[in-house]
Amino acid sequence: MFKVKVYVTLRESVLDPQGKAVTQSLNSLNYQEVTDVRIGKYMELMIEKSDRDLDEVVNEICTKLLANPVIEDYRYEVEECVAQ
Amino acid sequence: MLLTLEPNPNQIKTEKLYQQMGLSDEEFAMIEDIIGRTPNYTETGLFSVMWSEHCSYKNSKPVLKKFPVTGERVLQGPGEGAGIVDIGDGQAVVFKIESHNHPSAIEPYQGAATGVGGIIRDVFSMGARPIAMLNSLRFGELDSARVRYLFKEVVAGIAGYGNCIGIPTVGGEVQFDPSYDGNPLVNAMCVGLINHEDIKKGQAHGLGNTVMYVGAKTGRDGIHGATFASEELTEQSDEKRPAVQVGDPFMEKLLLEACLELIHSDALVGIQDMGAAGLASSSSEMASKAGMGIEMNLDLVPQRETGMTAYEMMLSESQERMLIVVKKGREQEINDLFSKYDLEAVAIGKVTDDKQFRLIHKGEVVADLPVDALAEDAPVYHKPSKEPAYFAEFQATENEVPQVDDLKDTLLKLLSQPTIASKEWIYEQYDYMVRTNTVVSPGSDAAVTRIRGTRKALAMTTDCNSRYVYLDPETGGKIAVAEAARNIVCSGAEPLAITDNLNFGNPEKPEVFWQIEKAADGISEACRVLETPVIGGNVSLYNETSGTAIYPTPVIGMVGLVTDLDHITTQHFKTSGDLIYLVGETKPEFGGSELQKLLYGKIFGKAPELNIEMEKERQGQVLAAIRAGLIQSAHDLSEGGLAVALSECLFAGEGLGADVNITGDSISALFSETQSRFLLSVKKEHQAEFESLVDASLIGEVNESAALRVLNGTVPVLESLVDELKAAWKGAIPCLLKSRD
Amino acid sequence: MKFAVIVFPGSNCDVDMFHAIQDELGEEVEYVWHDTESLAEYDGILLPGGFSYGDYLRSGAIARFSNVMKEVVKAAEAGKPILGVCNGFQILLEAGLLPGAMRRNESLSFICKPVELKVETNRTIFTAEYEQGQTITIPVAHGEGNYYCDEQTLAQLKENNQIVFTYQQNPNGSLEDIAGIINEKGNVLGMMPHPERAVDELLGGADGLKLFQSIVKTWREANVVNA
Repeated sequence: MFKVKVYVTLRESVLDPQGKAVTQSLNSLNYQEVTDVRIGKYMELMIEKSDRDLDEVVNEICTKLLANPVIEDYRYEVEECVAQ
Repeated sequence: MLLTLEPNPNQIKTEKLYQQMGLSDEEFAMIEDIIGRTPNYTETGLFSVMWSEHCSYKNSKPVLKKFPVTGERVLQGPGEGAGIVDIGDGQAVVFKIESHNHPSAIEPYQGAATGVGGIIRDVFSMGARPIAMLNSLRFGELDSARVRYLFKEVVAGIAGYGNCIGIPTVGGEVQFDPSYDGNPLVNAMCVGLINHEDIKKGQAHGLGNTVMYVGAKTGRDGIHGATFASEELTEQSDEKRPAVQVGDPFMEKLLLEACLELIHSDALVGIQDMGAAGLASSSSEMASKAGMGIEMNLDLVPQRETGMTAYEMMLSESQERMLIVVKKGREQEINDLFSKYDLEAVAIGKVTDDKQFRLIHKGEVVADLPVDALAEDAPVYHKPSKEPAYFAEFQATENEVPQVDDLKDTLLKLLSQPTIASKEWIYEQYDYMVRTNTVVSPGSDAAVTRIRGTRKALAMTTDCNSRYVYLDPETGGKIAVAEAARNIVCSGAEPLAITDNLNFGNPEKPEVFWQIEKAADGISEACRVLETPVIGGNVSLYNETSGTAIYPTPVIGMVGLVTDLDHITTQHFKTSGDLIYLVGETKPEFGGSELQKLLYGKIFGKAPELNIEMEKERQGQVLAAIRAGLIQSAHDLSEGGLAVALSECLFAGEGLGADVNITGDSISALFSETQSRFLLSVKKEHQAEFESLVDASLIGEVNESAALRVLNGTVPVLESLVDELKAAWKGAIPCLLKSRD
Repeated sequence: MKFAVIVFPGSNCDVDMFHAIQDELGEEVEYVWHDTESLAEYDGILLPGGFSYGDYLRSGAIARFSNVMKEVVKAAEAGKPILGVCNGFQILLEAGLLPGAMRRNESLSFICKPVELKVETNRTIFTAEYEQGQTITIPVAHGEGNYYCDEQTLAQLKENNQIVFTYQQNPNGSLEDIAGIINEKGNVLGMMPHPERAVDELLGGADGLKLFQSIVKTWREANVVNA
């Protein structure tokens, strides 16, 4: 069993209105050193071992459903879980 | 695995653990007496929620008895999910208001959202199609960052739920006052439409019939929500966060459509929402109302978390769940119906005839109680009542006219008060048009929704000026009903009935209980005279923070019937040359007025008087004139008086203005909040006919000056471009929200 | 002409679309559930607004995998008129039937109000009954209507006259004030404003009616002999 942590964020070139709002709010709280905030989605997938290559499966899932490549980028991390 | 050890009956008794659940020593003794033994942990929990104020109305019952609840058109009064009123042609309107104040104070988005979800379920559990939502909100002043946060999140939560499920939010009201600083009010009202033959009740009839569970799975969320709502908010309330549930409007949309399909099935016996106190209240109430018993196997309850105890399952307030009773042997077809909507209907128990409430968990009987003891036999308290000192003091004061120098400047300031200012910032976040029946949108005296396929429409409003109620609860209660009716009449409808949401402080304080009693007296009298019975409602007590109660706020939700679409009337002046009439004389009444608050930063004195018989007569005249086709526009005079009402009448017309003549003291004429007044506009050719029908004074004329000009005799006292007034009115709330963020 | 209104779990403007067609346009229309296997019997396909699957991941992202969407793709290829409004537009974008994507409104809030649109082209089957450049008032009601596409796509949209409606006053931050776009072939229109909410003067305006009339008229001209 693998735990796959997927991070989806808006692409650099796409304006992130939520991130912009949080940046402004942090600046107004006197955290002037914060220059940018990007807000994204974090998902945890539990995936069983199969014949298919895990990276291939995860990339497919991400491009097919979890992220919209027109506006979003994704990255992921894999942890192997030992059965308890 | 972690083993949960529940305290045994002896521990519950000797260590008085029942107190933590909200039961008093006397109540615990009563329970022991009823069941003839000491209850176990699950049973104690069941009693604690079923006997909470929220479920049993144990403190408010004596007061609620005062309300008139019957009428020719009333098909269902208080006691079911929602009340029902006949509107002819085999159709009926179903509506109810409910509060979600405490959850919204702690988690405003989800608190408000789940409040909306809950009241929608109450309406569709009667078999009705929800057609509109309204709300009534109270917050502290917007100069506090915390209040701004609460306000924004509550509005977003209402929008998030209502928009997603696709029921238009068509109206509401909001007021701002420091008394709501730590305890905002979030009351949501749902209006539904039903054919008489589809009316369903929450009753578990028929020995051996099957009890089924549908909707979302049960988790540990919201355990003791009902008890929580029956306590004061304290500094520690934030720690009770788990009591707030998260709403899933998508699930509710599926549940709504499935249940509305289900009501046409003759396999259905009864249906009820799992609202406050979840499975405990829905199952015990359904059995008790039918005079039956119920037995449920909790192992079969769909669970979202593992290791849940019977106590947790029964008290969970997970959202978007319904309990239904179906004829034995028909379970499969019910299941098929729900699976079309990707939902599961699970048989979890059966109807018995021994009037016992029996729960089985992991092969053991974990609760076995007389069902009526839970649902019906909660103690009723007649709380001591005492007139607060402030009341006599306020009653002794003389009406005084506040002094202001610059009338135009005063009007601009009044229009910028958030209670008066445009609420566009709020309602633009609500989808008020979905289902394409909204004829009169938010921002009007009352919203109007047409009934597709007929010439009829429904007018609806929520109202309560809690400042008046604070100064004089009886008069204020009367005014709340009268103003709601005035709004309904202005839209061209005949008032039908009301639902009420009694938001008050801690009833254990005699002064607070006095406010409740007096307000109920006022509401009852107004409802009797105006023939608008109370068909249901909600009580929210303990609205206090750190010992200070909110203003008493008995919110009135009223629905009226427009018998022909042609009668629908709006507040805005329509054409140049129309005559402007004022119905009702004006007295110097400033107690609790917007002007008083503006000038003194507080309210005091007497509330405006209300003669309910005169109110009725005037409403009758105005409605008759509307139905005769004589009225171009109709607006009720409320906060800010005539000057504010005149301004509002001008805000929709491009380039329209008005010349108006007043008499007597200008400040009173323009800003007094005397009740039972209407501002009407009438076409010149209808002047004679109108004047024969309505007792009104001609005070001016609509023109194309794009300005409001007021003369007292021959002296100009106020002149302003409409655009300048509108800018102040429109910009106030967005401006307050931007400040210092 | 026979229309299908596709109903996804969570659609909520399906009723509005249905009544606009039946009551105001007087054409035949049926609700079609999302698991339907064939759309062969319908001449026009309408994807209504709402919150399909709660819009929990991304607006339209899950609905596009519904059974019926394969049929919608087929219908698009066959040249049938397809209109996606609001959530329907978002689904068409996710399904790749139209280019680009939606972001949250710039204000981060849901916006519901009538807005003025400019008819950028009346040379489509959806806008033939409007005047070129005409201003019409149609309501919007959405939280994610902030249209985005890359520069190359935008250039293409412009070059092929695929931008059908623009906002006179941009309510949501969308790129180049875009309110509605059409595919290259000219038979798939996606728009955020709700024409089905503007078909009855009683409810505040009927500027949307001509959009539906355009569809019917061009269809009749093409399909009904001796009409």
